[in-house]
Amino acid sequence: MSDSTRRRIEDIIASGDVILFMKGIPAAPQCGFSAAVVQILSQLAVPFKSVDVLSDLEIREGIKAFSNWPTIPQLYVKGEFVGGCDIVRELYQAGELATLLNSKGIEAAAI
Amino acid sequence: MAMVGSEIERLIRQAFPDAHVIVVDMAGDGDHFAARVASEAFKGKSKIQQHQMVYAALQGQMGGALHALALETSVSK
Repeated sequence: MSDSTRRRIEDIIASGDVILFMKGIPAAPQCGFSAAVVQILSQLAVPFKSVDVLSDLEIREGIKAFSNWPTIPQLYVKGEFVGGCDIVRELYQAGELATLLNSKGIEAAAI
Repeated sequence: MAMVGSEIERLIRQAFPDAHVIVVDMAGDGDHFAARVASEAFKGKSKIQQHQMVYAALQGQMGGALHALALETSVSK
């Protein structure tokens, strides 16, 4: 990954509290795994910023190397990588995702 | 190109000899798998690290030949 790609990713991650790298946009996800994470964040009423990796090949490949994570979606909260679809779903089902968000000062609806 | 479930299982077992591994071909299309891996090697690791260890065991296939692998890891008791 080039330095400029790394800087772009760092800027994106720093640009909001909750950032979701996904395929497609929240209103029209292009992959079931991305859709699942969008749905979970919506359930928790958490505002998030999404990045459509399908429209940006540099970010699509770059974020995999950046996070050392081979797949999309990827969720970042306050600059920290939380996980992909499986981990987000596991945290959500255990009620731990809201806890994690709250602990970082982000309001999440109780489930 | 798709992967077969037995190959996924073999790679995981190779990296985690003690592991209990279950691999299921969810859609029957050789493209969407679910795996459950329990190993003592996960002890003290975060979920992210546990999944990264499994992805490493798959030697770069994840995200390539292997499109979808729903992963559930746990520390074996």
